[in-house]
Amino acid sequence: MMATTPTYEDRLKDFSWSLAEQELGYRKGDPLNIGWHCSDRLCSLGLAGKTALVWEDFSGATKTYTFDDLRVLSNTFAAHLQGLGIQPGERVCLFMDRVPELYLGFLGGLKMGAVVQPLFSAFGADSLWTRLDDAGTTAIVTQRKHVAKVRKLLDKLPALRHVILVDAGDGPLRERESGLDLHALPSVEKFAVHPTGPESPSVLHYTSGTTGQPKGAQHVHYSLISQYLTAKWVLDLRPDDVYWCNADPGWVTGTSYGIIGPWANGVTQVVLDSGFNAEKWYDFMARRGVTVWYSAPTAIRLLMREGTDLVRKHDLSRLRHLCSVGEPLNAEAVVWSQEAFGKPFHDTYWQTETGCMMITNFPGMKVKPGSMGKPFPGIVATVLDPQTNLPHEGTGRVGLIAIRPGWPSQIRGYWNNQAGYERKFVNGWYICGDRASIDTDGYYWFVGRDDDVINTGGHLVGPFEIESALLEHPAVAESAAVAKPDPVNMEVVKAFVTLKPGITPDDDLELEIMNFIRKKLSPLAMPQEIEFTESLPKTRSGKIVRRILRAREFGEPEGDLSTLMSE
Amino acid sequence: MDERKQAILDYVVSEYLEEDDDRTIGEDTPLITGGIVDSFSMVSLKRFLEKKYGIQIPDADASPEAFDTVNRIAALVERFKKS
Repeated sequence: MMATTPTYEDRLKDFSWSLAEQELGYRKGDPLNIGWHCSDRLCSLGLAGKTALVWEDFSGATKTYTFDDLRVLSNTFAAHLQGLGIQPGERVCLFMDRVPELYLGFLGGLKMGAVVQPLFSAFGADSLWTRLDDAGTTAIVTQRKHVAKVRKLLDKLPALRHVILVDAGDGPLRERESGLDLHALPSVEKFAVHPTGPESPSVLHYTSGTTGQPKGAQHVHYSLISQYLTAKWVLDLRPDDVYWCNADPGWVTGTSYGIIGPWANGVTQVVLDSGFNAEKWYDFMARRGVTVWYSAPTAIRLLMREGTDLVRKHDLSRLRHLCSVGEPLNAEAVVWSQEAFGKPFHDTYWQTETGCMMITNFPGMKVKPGSMGKPFPGIVATVLDPQTNLPHEGTGRVGLIAIRPGWPSQIRGYWNNQAGYERKFVNGWYICGDRASIDTDGYYWFVGRDDDVINTGGHLVGPFEIESALLEHPAVAESAAVAKPDPVNMEVVKAFVTLKPGITPDDDLELEIMNFIRKKLSPLAMPQEIEFTESLPKTRSGKIVRRILRAREFGEPEGDLSTLMSE
Repeated sequence: MDERKQAILDYVVSEYLEEDDDRTIGEDTPLITGGIVDSFSMVSLKRFLEKKYGIQIPDADASPEAFDTVNRIAALVERFKKS
């Protein structure tokens, strides 16, 4: 008789994170290193020859790596960093497209004890500087096509001693630059992995808030415990799976579930280093025999626009489980995936600070289209009454999503900003910053953000960072950046701008300001619309009130206007 | 290369490539799938085309596929110039 997959209710019984510790062979007091667990450990379990990574780029160029390749090449990477004099605990930034060196460098950096700081390669120079300066980053590993942004910053980054190019070739190198051709270096078979402990810093991901510059979310090696188990249970990863996570490792999904979760489970994953193209995606999944796919609502909505006929031109019969993350998955997308793929996308809810999934649609659990699902076993979640900060009594009432602290991958702080971290906790709950309600079956339903952060295409963008950059444009006097609803990206950035005296708004200026922000910060932060206005709503103390502008964009009530200066 | 394609190509090179990026871009170089222009940046490229050629490109026609090469973009512009 075939064994049946345990249900959500089965998993809840006697749940303990120690289950994951046992499966990973971890005992309290032992060293714990994610890099080792995702490579050497799998080899010691007899999986050395198993394919770990199949990488392909937009032109079809392909590279394949076994778990033993991961082990040796991450050793080689780690030894190279050591040879440069980089010490454990120093921050090593990975600023690359989804090339194999990004994945190998991630494991290698962790193995030598560095704090790995992945950054989205589309970041502009200002976004890069903010994050490298705050982290005091020692080394950045990048590609020729991105190095110009780093070169502009060298004078402002005295701590950055090494700029390492993975595709240096025979081209000229400048101050602080060196080349690293991982595949040409002598292989390092044996490397003494730094004996990091469970609480040793591992990964530093920057995330945006309403106020101030982005904050460095400080993860530790113990995050492995919950990343491993959530990947196994929610993504339903099994030994013979071919898994595709189309998130970029510049963001937390791309590391927690694009590197750590699947590889800790010994699963083969495929990576497509290409921009979005529906035909290419389906072709890739069909050729690579993808069985489990972790995607995002924005990508799903783009695929929906191309219709189901395109899906049927490709053999996706091996696809057996679909999950989604980044922003709430609308009910239409769940219904469409059932029609297109014969199975629904399972939404998951979590964020940079949580490190792993918090609220999930478990395999086998009834999917209620539009719902985030139920808390993962071991996760104590609720919605708080925003007035009292106590859990709502009864069901169906909108409140703040809150998690009881103590899960393994909870961040241990914000880099250089412990006070900001402590403000995330109220009455013994971690406050996620989102609003939701819980129905009578215990399912969570997303309502919206509880702050001014803009969730565009599943990425959080802070209004303060955009407004600060807008003020650097010579024509801009004042600005406010808010979310605007968007059918594909859920939200996009809209900027309200007042101009300096004598400057007249026109289409040329709008495009110039859009590109100004795109290059300084990132394409995500670029306002997709700029509204030139005579004045901005302000409190009597002169503070710009974004909530009113946002409410107007969403067609919502503007709330109390009594404290405003007359416009 | 005709004047329109050259103007689009020049704009892409000046706006979307870093100054030290020595990649050669031609009329059939994949821009979106090749990671030169991402789907968010397409909005500013669309604005440029609408402004320069006095056209309106509906969002439904501004797909990543339609913006993937200079040739495809030029064909899109031609279509809306005519309409």
